[in-house]
Amino acid sequence: MIRVVLPHHLRTLAGVRKEVELEVAEPVTPAAILDALEARYPTLRGTMRDSATGQRRSLVRFFACGQDWSHEPADAPLPAAVASGAEPFMVVGAMAGG
Amino acid sequence: MSTVRVLVGTRKGAFILTSDERRTDWQVSGPHFAGWEIYHLKGSPLDPNRIYASQTSGWFGQIIQRSDDGGQTWTPVGKDFVYAGDPGTHQWYDGTQHPWQFQRVWLLEPSLSDPDTVYAGVEDAALFRSTDGGQSWQELPGLRSASGHLWQPGAGGMCLHSIVQDPADPQRLYVAISAAGAFRTDDGGATWRPITRGLKSEWELPDPNAEVGHCVHSIAMHPARPGVLFMQKHWDVMRSDNGGDEWYEISGNLPSDFGFPIAVHAHEPETVYVVPIKSDSEHYPPDGKLRVYRSRSGGNDWEALTAGLPQSDCYVNVLRSAMAVDTLPSCGVYFGTTGGQIYASADSGDTWAPIVRDLPAVLSVEVQVVP
Repeated sequence: MIRVVLPHHLRTLAGVRKEVELEVAEPVTPAAILDALEARYPTLRGTMRDSATGQRRSLVRFFACGQDWSHEPADAPLPAAVASGAEPFMVVGAMAGG
Repeated sequence: MSTVRVLVGTRKGAFILTSDERRTDWQVSGPHFAGWEIYHLKGSPLDPNRIYASQTSGWFGQIIQRSDDGGQTWTPVGKDFVYAGDPGTHQWYDGTQHPWQFQRVWLLEPSLSDPDTVYAGVEDAALFRSTDGGQSWQELPGLRSASGHLWQPGAGGMCLHSIVQDPADPQRLYVAISAAGAFRTDDGGATWRPITRGLKSEWELPDPNAEVGHCVHSIAMHPARPGVLFMQKHWDVMRSDNGGDEWYEISGNLPSDFGFPIAVHAHEPETVYVVPIKSDSEHYPPDGKLRVYRSRSGGNDWEALTAGLPQSDCYVNVLRSAMAVDTLPSCGVYFGTTGGQIYASADSGDTWAPIVRDLPAVLSVEVQVVP
């Protein structure tokens, strides 16, 4: 099981607790996780990446194993610890604004 | 006894204020969608318990919510606002052309004739329509054919912020777009034309015949006189007696003719309300006095309404969608401020009292009378 941590507003929108568990086939990539997340919770579609282009929204960041994955290719395999569920894939609202 | 429901959109959520028709004791529900910007929420005139809300965030984008029980519970509906075909470009701040990009929904205007039909005015400026209760949205692209390549965003973005339906003619709609102007369709949205003759914006638009580029802030109509329109422009309060074909100024004795909202009394088509703001560079009331101005003669002669409103040290603004009237026999008038106050008058503006004082900055106010 893949573990995904969502920011407060997306948890509220999806009606879930802090962590979501998902089945994701190998290779586990950011795109595969987001695909599975949006399939489970359709209301999240468009909130993390643009619905039309698939590009990450500007003020959404992805972290895994203490590393910023926001600028990595969406189809890059994530660390084994994420694929095994030992570490969560984190979706974070960027620090922005005053 | 009827219930009055005031729907408030704020920078940090939606609030629903309810009272009986005496309008003296209010219950406050909210925040709904806490932490999100709620640009607008409005109920269907045919089914008042059906309310649509535009929920938006710079982080997470656009959500549209729908309630079918008067705002007690909500369900996310469709949020795909895809411009028809290749949207092309519009003018950018530096005069270059810039791709059309959806930003957010500024307002939701439920149809007068069908509870499943609702219009959405969006930024970058376009008009969308849903005929399935908000589940899916289709653009009416004929609007952008009205010289859309010449439209240019203002300081608040290139937003379509006003939609007015003609109750006598379902084929006729009016829209207004910040820094682009006002437009009318007579064929249900297929084709549009600018309605700006008589508007003046001397400094920004030296061409007196400029069809686009006027910064219209809001438009209001009384349903019994659909040919008469009232407009609060960036500067100037204007009136048209022929469906926008020609406009003339009715600013008269206002202390400032800059402002954002404009509203018409529910039962008196010649009674109009505005909230003068000092200037475009000082978005607060003149002299620190929050005054609604009322004309009972269709413009030009305005009286200050001050009873119950702060008359010193008040420096809030009232945004374009933040004033509304109810339809009770003694017409209620409501407005919200950027300081988070909602003021209500149950006597056509003669006296005012705050319903709440400390909400987040208010973006929109709508009111329903529910049997």
